[in-house]
Amino acid sequence: MKRGISQRLGFFSLFLCMLVTLFFLGAIIYFITARGVSAISWEFLTQVPKKAMTAGGVAPAILGTFYLTLGAVVFSLPLGVACAIYLCEYSPKNYVVNLIRISINNLAGVPSVVFGLFGLAVFVKFLDFGVSILSGCLTLGIMILPNIISASQEALLAVPQSYREASFALGATRWETIKRVVLPSSLSGILTGVILSIGRVAGETAPILFTAATFYMRGYPNSIFSEVMALPYHIYALMTEGTHPQQQRHIAYGCAMVLLILVLMVSTLAIIIRQKQRSKYG
Amino acid sequence: MKKAQLKENLYRWFFGLFAFSSLIFLVGITIILFKEGLPLFKEINFFNTIAGRYWYPTYEPPEFGMLPLILASFWVTVGALFVCVPLGVGSALYIHELAGDRQKAILKPLVEILASIPSIVYGFFGMVIVAPLLQDWLNLPVGQTAFTGSLMLGIMATPTVCSIAEDALGFVPKGFREASFAVGANRWQTLTRVVIPAAGSGISTAIILGMSRAVGETMTVLMVTGGAAVIPKSFFQPVRPMTSTIAAEMGETVIGSTHYHALFAIGLILFFITLVFNIVAEFISRRFRIKLGLGR
Repeated sequence: MKRGISQRLGFFSLFLCMLVTLFFLGAIIYFITARGVSAISWEFLTQVPKKAMTAGGVAPAILGTFYLTLGAVVFSLPLGVACAIYLCEYSPKNYVVNLIRISINNLAGVPSVVFGLFGLAVFVKFLDFGVSILSGCLTLGIMILPNIISASQEALLAVPQSYREASFALGATRWETIKRVVLPSSLSGILTGVILSIGRVAGETAPILFTAATFYMRGYPNSIFSEVMALPYHIYALMTEGTHPQQQRHIAYGCAMVLLILVLMVSTLAIIIRQKQRSKYG
Repeated sequence: MKKAQLKENLYRWFFGLFAFSSLIFLVGITIILFKEGLPLFKEINFFNTIAGRYWYPTYEPPEFGMLPLILASFWVTVGALFVCVPLGVGSALYIHELAGDRQKAILKPLVEILASIPSIVYGFFGMVIVAPLLQDWLNLPVGQTAFTGSLMLGIMATPTVCSIAEDALGFVPKGFREASFAVGANRWQTLTRVVIPAAGSGISTAIILGMSRAVGETMTVLMVTGGAAVIPKSFFQPVRPMTSTIAAEMGETVIGSTHYHALFAIGLILFFITLVFNIVAEFISRRFRIKLGLGR
């Protein structure tokens, strides 16, 4: 009898933990959208800021986030996929590969602000790109590299070994097998990883604080060497800088809602793609 | 035939070269942090910096005592553990042990979505909603405190802990459970005395990685902990963790100044803390896999 009670109590407390976790998810989404929705309008999404950041829109910030994300993915996707191909398709099992694996895991654990410091010292200062879209993209790209590698590795490992063997049996070389068989069948897995990374890059602030972002600029960036406004940094700046903190607040809510919805859409998309692909392999 | 062989080898080298990229970046980060951080210790004694009680970088003469910042990071991270361990591990146990297939199909994506919410949104939420609420409920002079930071960081780290712990639970062989049921244990006893101990090191890996995430988190603590660089005496006062010090002050320093080097030195310390966490986590999880006979 006593056993039954402790079991019920235990299961109930686990249920509570789950509930509290979900409650926070719900609370964040609810509060940000409920208070942000009044700021959202066509003008908000398509106009530049006006009247010292208290009116107008945040289009340059949305566009800036798009540039930074695109650039980071363009930089790290080929690098990450190539690395994953080596580890999964070529790698002899030895200490070099082990070293690479460990370095990927540790790079994934480096705090985002440290990537910012690295970007500042190397791209902004040493290579003299200045505070620019290029510096920001490279910094963000290095940051998501481990994610892209792990996702690609997982996707490559999910391709059944028999596919490769069948290709070898037909006389294909290793590279031909990778190009014609392995990569096409792992494409949706790699895609999922890329999409999840997009969600992460779009929301990251610390790495672009001193490598790319600016609070205000006239018009839109015109080259990869110009500074850029970005949604996440804009939220931070609206809350901590500027001359009209009270009027800036509802713009910050609007930005937070736009960013949150963008990121949620992107990650939901990734989850759906993965679900479909899982059912494909059974 | 020879040409094809050559081509194959070329591809192998090509991919091998890219495979080293993450190693190169990791080494690059280490070198840069040392190069830009170490000059500080030429000017100021290493021990005086680490154990110095006063962080006044803009005073004349400036003081670069990092103890308040290190302690702040420590307090906030420990506080976050009290939130993310019960929530993360509890949720993982619920999803893995109690939820049916249908619930699982909903709950797991929801946890992932919680993980994908950007840190700036957590920070914003903490600043405009949670901090004022806590200030009201607990009658505090300010809402942005170490406690608020711990709470937000804990929530942020929960999905990390949850998904890694859930993976660990999945590795526990079915036979363990069956053996326990066979000797008459009920589900709760099996869970607490067989499954959790068997997955124990996997769960500790999850907790360490959650901690590592909490220590390195920047924007959230920058926005919700208040930013006072004093040695924390209670959970309910503003603090300034290492990450937010870097983020808040790097914009205003002159490149190459002592302050600039001091901020890189903080980055260096931070980097090594997370490195140690990750290596320990890796070590434990490797032993865990060997223990359960999973290899590698």
